[in-house]
Amino acid sequence: MEDFGGLEHIAKEIRKDVLVMLNKAKSGHSGGSLSVVDILVALYFGGIMSYNPKSPSWEDRDRVVLSKGHACPALYAILAKAGFYEKDLLWTLRKLGSPLQGHPDARKLPGVDASTGSLGNGITQAVGMALAARVLKKKYKVFCIMGDGELQEGITWEAFMAASHYKLSNLIVIVDFNGLQIDGKVMDIMNISPLKEKFEAFGFRTYEIGGHVYKNLIDTLITAKRNVVSPTAIIARTVKGYGVSFMANRVEYHGVPPSNQELEKALKELDNGV
Amino acid sequence: MEFRATREAYGMALVDLGKKDDRVVVLDADLSGSTKSKEFQKQFPNRFFNMGIAEANMTGVAAGMALTGLKPYASSFAVFITGRAFEIIRQSICYQNLHVVLCGSHSGISVGEDGGSHQAIADISLMRSLPNMKVIVPADYNETYLAVLESANIEGPVYIRTSRAKSPVFIEKNKFELGKADVLRHGNNVTVVACGMMVSLVLDAAKLLEKEGISVEVVNASSVKPIDRGTIVESAKKTGRVITIEEHTIIGGLGSAVSEVLMKEYPTRVLRIGIEDVFGESGTKEDLFCKFGFTKEVIAKKIEEFLNG
Ligand SMILES: Cc1ncc(C[n+]2csc(CCOP(=O)(O)OP(=O)(O)O)c2C)c(N)n1
Repeated sequence: MEDFGGLEHIAKEIRKDVLVMLNKAKSGHSGGSLSVVDILVALYFGGIMSYNPKSPSWEDRDRVVLSKGHACPALYAILAKAGFYEKDLLWTLRKLGSPLQGHPDARKLPGVDASTGSLGNGITQAVGMALAARVLKKKYKVFCIMGDGELQEGITWEAFMAASHYKLSNLIVIVDFNGLQIDGKVMDIMNISPLKEKFEAFGFRTYEIGGHVYKNLIDTLITAKRNVVSPTAIIARTVKGYGVSFMANRVEYHGVPPSNQELEKALKELDNGV
Repeated sequence: MEFRATREAYGMALVDLGKKDDRVVVLDADLSGSTKSKEFQKQFPNRFFNMGIAEANMTGVAAGMALTGLKPYASSFAVFITGRAFEIIRQSICYQNLHVVLCGSHSGISVGEDGGSHQAIADISLMRSLPNMKVIVPADYNETYLAVLESANIEGPVYIRTSRAKSPVFIEKNKFELGKADVLRHGNNVTVVACGMMVSLVLDAAKLLEKEGISVEVVNASSVKPIDRGTIVESAKKTGRVITIEEHTIIGGLGSAVSEVLMKEYPTRVLRIGIEDVFGESGTKEDLFCKFGFTKEVIAKKIEEFLNG
């Protein structure tokens, strides 16, 4: 069996960066940033994507659209690690004048492929990019990362319908399925299940996997890249606040940064691999 | 001075409305803790409906409820409820002149760190442009509370704009009257018409200018639509110069509303202060207010320059 220890180590460092960033910013979204880290690590460091940090707008690059834009601290830390900019920039998150806006701003930060933050707006842009590849005769893939709560927005289903209608096999949707939104559990606020069946009915080849298990993530992403007939949806089962015991599966940490004390505790936990 | 966020008053007033009238129903789109509609949910769980992250559907559902005689109140961040749901508000609510009250919280740049994607800077323009819609931008907690109570008596659709950040509580009155502006400070040299959080800032700026012998009349135009033509024209006749200020783009909001009145009834030189056709960005509310010129010092300077210019 392959060893994913390297990726797990990167993920731990990214989670630590995310927590420090949020603590310094004194605001921002802890839970949904922590849940999405392994998905992003698999994409950027698992050999799945082609990108060039020296040339962020390289036309043939694979695209990532973080449709759940509030999880951008994770994306920002990943882009620094990948070499798009100096790591020191991370500590300016959410401060006046920083290119690291509270929600991703493609005009301000290299490596961000689309501005997002208003839920549902990422996936439609991802469909546009995927469709454009056909016109431009490009081979790039578009990876769109969405929240499960986000799927309550009607526009997301309009986008899925279009993706399937145009057989956008270069579009891979990854749902960070952590079961929580802001006001509570997704199933209590506005149930979206049965999700796999919905995606399948919309014409997606659909997989349901553990979203913190690298073997699952990498294998499924490789398979998805080989799909030439339809768009792919990967429902990645995750835990909101993953990696920090007192944040895990707690809706209260959706939009709250760690306090100094909490940060210390969280960093220790991550180091000790609790 | 007490500081409270206007969004808190929305929650408080909803609870009081719910006690008085069991036809009052409340909807939210997964932001009930932020908009404060959760206060209503705690008291009246059977009359509260979380519609999930689906602002467009939420407003359409509110319209359907209004068609049966219920009194729906629907809330989200200002940017999402007036933006994502705009066409539904137009077709299903305003076109039928239905009594639906919409509350947009987290308006303007005082949203702060969430940044430009979340800062509603055009919600007043959007809502003001729709026939039948009434637009209320209360100046503080007290006025918000009164406006929400009064909204139950207003015919047709109403948009109430609230803020995330705490701000001074200073309005003293017992009743909110739609279409009425309040002269909060009398002056002779210039009229400043403001709404929302800008009102207390202008009062502070007026105090600074008083020391320099400049006498500023301050008008709180919380009822942006309908706007109080009489009070604005009367004040303009007295001072001869009018400034508007709002935490909003200068295109289509309060500044435009006041200009439209004066253009027709008493042409006067008008300076519009606000966000100058740009998006907001991330930063603390304080940093952003400095950057965008929403401080009493900068406002005082702009008033002075306008008078000298
Ligand atoms: C159109 C829109 N409506 C509301 C919001 C406010 N909001 C930000 S995050 C969030 C909950 C998102 O839940 P989910 O998609 O499940 O993300 P996660 O739980 O992974 O953070 C909401 C309602 C928004 N950003 N955009």
